[in-house]
Amino acid sequence: METLVQHLIASGAFGKNASPHLIAAIVVFIMSAVVFLGVAFPFAGIVSWAERRVWARIQSRVGPNRVGPQGFLQWLADGVKHVCKEDIIPDESDAPLFKMAPYLVMLAFTLPWAVMPFSSSLILADLNVGILYMTSVTALTVVGVLMAGWASNDKWSLIGGIRSAAQIVSYEIPAGLSIFPVVLMTGTLSMQGIIRAQGWAPQHWFLFANPFTFVAANILYISALAEGNRTPFDLPEAESELVAGFATEYSGMRYLFFFMAEWGNLFIIGAIIATLFLGGWQFPHVTKNVIAMNILEALTFNVKVLFLVFVSMWIRATLPRVRIDQLMTLCWKYFVPISFVNMIGTAVWVAIWPDGNSLMGYIMLAGAIALGAVFTQRVIYYLRRSRMEVYFNPTI
Amino acid sequence: MSTLHTEEMTLNMGPQHPSTHGVLRFVVRADGEVMREAIPDVGYLHRSIEKIAEKVGYHGFMPYTDRVDYVCAMFTNQGWGMACEKLAGIEVPHRGEYCRVIAAEFNRIASHLLSVGAMAMDIGAVTPFTHAIREREMINDLIEELCGARLTFNYMRIGGVAWDLPPGWREKALAYLDHFDPILEEYNALISWNKIYIERLANVGVITPAEAVNYNLVGPNLRACGIKWDIRKDIPYSVYPEFEFDVPIGDGHWGKLGDSMDRYVVRIREMAESSKILRQALQKIPGGPVLAKVARNFKPPAGECQIRLESGRGDMGWYLVSDGSGYPWRVHVRTGSFAAMGIIQKLSAGLMIADLVTLIASLDVIAPEIDR
Amino acid sequence: MESLQILERVKNKFADRVLETSEKAPDPFVVVDPKSIVEIGKFMNEDPDLAMDCLSNETGVDYKDRIEVVYHLFSYSKRHGAVLKVKLPRDNPSVATLEGVWKSANWMEREIFDLIGVNFEGHSDMRRILMPEDWIGHPQRKDFVEPAEYHGISTVRESPIIRLDTKKK
Repeated sequence: METLVQHLIASGAFGKNASPHLIAAIVVFIMSAVVFLGVAFPFAGIVSWAERRVWARIQSRVGPNRVGPQGFLQWLADGVKHVCKEDIIPDESDAPLFKMAPYLVMLAFTLPWAVMPFSSSLILADLNVGILYMTSVTALTVVGVLMAGWASNDKWSLIGGIRSAAQIVSYEIPAGLSIFPVVLMTGTLSMQGIIRAQGWAPQHWFLFANPFTFVAANILYISALAEGNRTPFDLPEAESELVAGFATEYSGMRYLFFFMAEWGNLFIIGAIIATLFLGGWQFPHVTKNVIAMNILEALTFNVKVLFLVFVSMWIRATLPRVRIDQLMTLCWKYFVPISFVNMIGTAVWVAIWPDGNSLMGYIMLAGAIALGAVFTQRVIYYLRRSRMEVYFNPTI
Repeated sequence: MSTLHTEEMTLNMGPQHPSTHGVLRFVVRADGEVMREAIPDVGYLHRSIEKIAEKVGYHGFMPYTDRVDYVCAMFTNQGWGMACEKLAGIEVPHRGEYCRVIAAEFNRIASHLLSVGAMAMDIGAVTPFTHAIREREMINDLIEELCGARLTFNYMRIGGVAWDLPPGWREKALAYLDHFDPILEEYNALISWNKIYIERLANVGVITPAEAVNYNLVGPNLRACGIKWDIRKDIPYSVYPEFEFDVPIGDGHWGKLGDSMDRYVVRIREMAESSKILRQALQKIPGGPVLAKVARNFKPPAGECQIRLESGRGDMGWYLVSDGSGYPWRVHVRTGSFAAMGIIQKLSAGLMIADLVTLIASLDVIAPEIDR
Repeated sequence: MESLQILERVKNKFADRVLETSEKAPDPFVVVDPKSIVEIGKFMNEDPDLAMDCLSNETGVDYKDRIEVVYHLFSYSKRHGAVLKVKLPRDNPSVATLEGVWKSANWMEREIFDLIGVNFEGHSDMRRILMPEDWIGHPQRKDFVEPAEYHGISTVRESPIIRLDTKKK
């Protein structure tokens, strides 16, 4: 982003006497608005529509299909409905904290978009601590959720809030430790740096670079799901136990803020995995045209992230939820030791092969393709067998 | 370090709640996530059905019996019919008995599907519920064709059933069973080996056989503790002796004997057994009338009797006292859910709140049965 | 064992406490003295030949001149059952609880207390189960008259039938 702006200033697009700092600030401001309002928030809304359609298909039903083509405007309709609702603030609740909690959670969702690497030059701020910044600000959710749980003056909300706080804080550790192998392999924390260290072909992705990063990728994905309160870890909003957990007392747009943050977090989870392990926006260099390359790269990035978003929805529709003590056991007794092993293993790997070992990349890619083939074959088998031949038309 | 001041929380898992099966209330005394005690508070669905019987007479009570357990309405209908028939010495025609068994076993499959689906949803997976409801919809369509209603059937009468099987219904029912059996396998494969289900269900709410008998648990709850008891086999009624079927019992395969996983597995297997019975019944059904001739102003002789039948939730006991007039003197239903609620308070000590939901779901408690 | 044989056993052991027997009924029963119900219950539970390990049903019945509590006992191990009855006077009916012998009696006796008004002595938790806690009266009694209102909500309403000849415009 900075280079683009400097390029524009140097080419005199803003006149001769323009102050570069002012121009840079204004451009960043406008681009932030574009990213947040034009990409982040609509995405959070559209994901709600997508999730309902994906769920519906998995549950052998249709999902919203009336409001707009294929029900695409359902999220707008939901948003309008929630905005028009009465703003109920419970009498005995702590009103300032109650009101502030959704905003904090929204903040935790909004801030990571500043380092989202859409393409080689489309990134709001290429911080040299990009990935560290991302994991840090997503942890702000804890504060918001705890505030919501406490300020609601409701014991069930409190339980939901405390569960969520424990869950997010616990799963920060495997998540952070799983970022470590990638950092070891590239030596940098910046998002663009990590992406540039990978290639566009799957065997050059960090996912297949060595077995430790493969396991680290899985652990990172699961921990990120846990941090985002997604099933199988959605105890804080366990619908069948706590109605809506920490968000029980909220109504209208405040309620939607929590859920927009959750849906938008799906993109952030996908973006972290895509950046660190799936090669980000890397695309083969097919044209010299900068704009075209940028568009292709942005498309690649989005495809990878949206695929991971789809997998998150798929998992949510399929798996039941774990209990709180099983969740803690999983984190502390299984994930943390495995993450440590990954870290040390990658360190040893990097010590032995400082420039990377592409043979291992090919081997692991071959293994992944074999697994994918087995999986596809099973899916086709079940699809063929599951066609229902019986339709009843009762005479009544 | 000085001891921290801790307090027990008293929570109210209130009558309005997405996961209690019906309108139930639990007062939960919890130490954080772990419960000390969950005290059930029932009575939100009490409609004094037993007292209504004294007003509406014998024939008029049949629709009310549907509401005693609306998920298993065929069994309640059958129970009332059998109680009156035992007291008055009426014999149901053979074809009528077959129709009763067919309707009842379809209802058992529907009830177990709902129970298993709702349990999966309470644990967090939303998909098995919709699949179970899809299968149940087909059964509802079949039964709607048979008797006109999808939920509260009012299909049986004192002395038999109200209507015979419609033409073509037998073939549709057999086609449905051909469709259903592989789906049951698929269901089983989806849920029963999923690690998260096993973790949530195994070793939760373990009931020993002695406890189960002492607390009068019945049906799949009792069979899951290893006791092989099924009224259809052990105190046979209707035409069940003519069918060959097995009685599945729990075996503690995934955890301890008598835990929630056993109760779930017993229900899945019972559905397969019901399907077997249905096939045999649909093949062997004889001709003839379906309803015995019973007087319009039915007046059984004075006396009392008790019958037991195997409903979807277990052994349902109907106790009827008659004084010789056209109105019953006293009707009492002892349902499986009533007894199951009685054991929850004892089992809940030491469980977590999430486990309470699992426990209620695995005991297959239905609120109208408790409160009547 | 047949029901009649079981009841013979009980009669032989507690000859003076067994007040009536009925053999002709579809389910033969014996009426026992209310004061010895716990002893008889324990005997039926612990005796190795009877082994009644389950109290399958406990009902209260309000006859106009008395209140009866009917116990249906059952044995899973021996596959036989029997019926015991206890006759109580209508005002202040009271009998000892069988909760110590069979835990299933707990809730069933609460229901009988709630709806018929029989007080079970020694019960651990004698309170209403189906009706609200502050309800007055025992609804399943034959002489129960519904109160005119409950917490300000009237239980009587005008007939909703509209008579055509008095229909106003």
